[in-house]
Amino acid sequence: MASYIAKRIAFLLLTFLIIISMCFVFIRLLPDDPPEQFGKDMQLVLQSRYRQGLADMNGNPIPLLTQYGNFLKNTLLGFNWGISEKLYLGQDCLKIFLEKLPNTVLINVYASLLAIPLGLALGIYAALKKNRWPDHAISTGVMVLVSVPSYVYAFLIQYFLCFRLKLFPVVMEAGRDYFSGAMLRSMIPPVLSLSLSSIAGYARFTRGELTEVLTGEFLLLARAKGLTRGQTTLRHALRNAMVPIVPSIISEVIAVLSGSLIIESIFVVPGVGSLYVSAITALDYNFFLLLSAFYTVIGLTAGIVVDLSYGFIDPRIRIGAKNA
Amino acid sequence: MREINEIPAEKFRFVTPKPQQEEILPGKHIGYFREAFGRFRKNKSSVVAGIIILCLVAYAVFVPIFCQTSYSVALTDTTYLQYTKLKPRNRLFVRWGIPAWDGCSVKTLSRGNYLYLQGIAQETGQPVIKKVLGETVDTDGNLQYKCRVDSYLAKGFVHMTLSRAEYEKIEAWQRENDLQVIYPMVEGQSDANIWYKANRKGIPQLDSQGNYVNQYAVDENGNYRYGIVTGDGSSYRCRVFLHSYFQYRYGFEPSFLLGTTGQGQDILTRLASAARFSLVFALCVSAINLFIGAVYGAIEGYYGGTADLLMERITDILSRVPFLVVATLFQLHLAAKVGPIVSLLFAFVLTGWLGIANTTRMQFYRYKDREFVQAARVLGAGDGRIMFRHIFPNALGTIITGSVLVIPGVIFLESSLTYLGIVNLDSSTMTSVGTMLANGRQYLSTDPHIILFPALFISLLEISFNLFGNGLRDAFNPSLRGADQ
Repeated sequence: MASYIAKRIAFLLLTFLIIISMCFVFIRLLPDDPPEQFGKDMQLVLQSRYRQGLADMNGNPIPLLTQYGNFLKNTLLGFNWGISEKLYLGQDCLKIFLEKLPNTVLINVYASLLAIPLGLALGIYAALKKNRWPDHAISTGVMVLVSVPSYVYAFLIQYFLCFRLKLFPVVMEAGRDYFSGAMLRSMIPPVLSLSLSSIAGYARFTRGELTEVLTGEFLLLARAKGLTRGQTTLRHALRNAMVPIVPSIISEVIAVLSGSLIIESIFVVPGVGSLYVSAITALDYNFFLLLSAFYTVIGLTAGIVVDLSYGFIDPRIRIGAKNA
Repeated sequence: MREINEIPAEKFRFVTPKPQQEEILPGKHIGYFREAFGRFRKNKSSVVAGIIILCLVAYAVFVPIFCQTSYSVALTDTTYLQYTKLKPRNRLFVRWGIPAWDGCSVKTLSRGNYLYLQGIAQETGQPVIKKVLGETVDTDGNLQYKCRVDSYLAKGFVHMTLSRAEYEKIEAWQRENDLQVIYPMVEGQSDANIWYKANRKGIPQLDSQGNYVNQYAVDENGNYRYGIVTGDGSSYRCRVFLHSYFQYRYGFEPSFLLGTTGQGQDILTRLASAARFSLVFALCVSAINLFIGAVYGAIEGYYGGTADLLMERITDILSRVPFLVVATLFQLHLAAKVGPIVSLLFAFVLTGWLGIANTTRMQFYRYKDREFVQAARVLGAGDGRIMFRHIFPNALGTIITGSVLVIPGVIFLESSLTYLGIVNLDSSTMTSVGTMLANGRQYLSTDPHIILFPALFISLLEISFNLFGNGLRDAFNPSLRGADQ
């Protein structure tokens, strides 16, 4: 087990290194903007580039390999991702990023808190009422919700709840007062839009897994033994169905950290997603590198955690065992 | 020994009695694909989804062709006319007097705005305000009117500089069609809709009988001046009524089935060209991915062992690269050289074939030790022949289904990227659904129809592609039925 985890982590680091190196090299190969365009801030940018080991004192490029070495040293060992050169000129990238992160995380955590119980409940209910009208209704709704792009509900929610009924503010409140009433109220539309498709996803997955378990012979035995239908479902069927469901929930919960670019942009959430989009539009490469690294780490970690969680949830699955 | 060259057939006889004729099974032989099609046909929702997809494809293909004569000319021109944000209008509904889909919208107007629109109505004799639905008093005690306003007429007038020749052409057209295009100029007024005495905010100042007081420019003989000579004297500056000018220019009354966008483009044709792009793009991506994935997965699955292990590590790393990052890098690097569409295609292809490769690999593992493969090998078939003539056709159903199920994902991602502006495909001749949504977003509160139709289109497309793909998968692989529902 331990050696398996070590192997996976080593592979994670290798993959991460390859991806981030690719990003770095591709970004550095882009034609650099002339330093003159920064005007009075030119000195600031040049100094920062020099300190990062990306250019000499006058802003002239130094060999790419040296730059690459310095980049790895700065970012991975020193957590120094340089300063923003366009968007928030002169400010530390990492600091800005950490300021934006709570917004994204909070919204997504709320969305998960709403989506997981609702999705599971709907899925279980549909599985128990299989092929009767509640199942058909839920399955149809799920089909529609899963297929319709999330930005379409975002528009619907914004139009009906925010513009027509004026229940919520149109865009999210800015500021750092995360738990104030106004802030929470303004978070509701993005949270709703984010959770709708997750609810549908969880419901579909749960229904699928549970219906399959419910056909198992061991449930017949449990019923024959004298357990009620509720008992068999809760103690036997659901527990088995949870084996694939829980890892998928874990992976989703990790993946939500990266947020949804499009929902953040529609509701003007001051989060990581909008930061990414504006960094790309402004061609702020330091932000781009930092956020690419962030998204990569999230994706990789989610993958590992899912694989490992199978072993914790179901002891029958031996992870990394030779004769698995 | 005697040479045996020819032995007559009758000299031969069977060692054992003649073998029994193999029993012919009753009924027709049904092939794999025909059987799958039969199963697919039973799945009603998938068939309906397939029909909807066909309709949407037909819309994307034929609308730009058949609407070319009038609409596409108007499409490029209306941008210049600024005939923007018109509501959807169906001429039949207008003729029948049904108060829906007639280019009108219900608006609550202050008294100033009400008089402003009535001013246009009074000058042109057109019903700008179709109907006053009611009067209310707002919190400040001001009178407000709830009206149905015709968005086509409410655009009113624009100032336009016309050459002498064009001016004369319009005059001739006016006489012929008995429809006034050019109205008398008003001097010192930047808003072309104001032809009456008004205060500084543009609110009409009525006389004691409640009539508008006109302020037309008058020449020395006391006649109204329809044009003011500008520049070197070869052109006139005129006040032009857009609704009539449109008819003069295009020969038909303005009426857009789905309305116009914030830039004045006809949504019906614009959306069709966006749909064309989305569909063609998704098909290309899925075809290229199918090809690469199938070849890669076939090699992995067929050879196995070290080759498989190494190739799997490559896919492992590739599959971890965030798509967003790839798309962005390709845009930054390649968009200037090969254009945004090709670089977007590269981004989709870079990681898109992994799923198909995996499916193909599994299928090859499943079939490669079967008897028919061994038989082919014994008969001396080469690796390539075994892979693509013997194993591949067996795996085809699953693989094709996989690549159909990829299509809605591609369309969704492409529309998201263009919505966010990470990829910019907008030009006068083409667009994408995402760009239309992004451009319509700012009018969401006032003119939701601009965003409604692209959103409706993409939702319908996604739902039907998913249903269609699921039906196809169930048909080709009945054992998976319901795993996803």
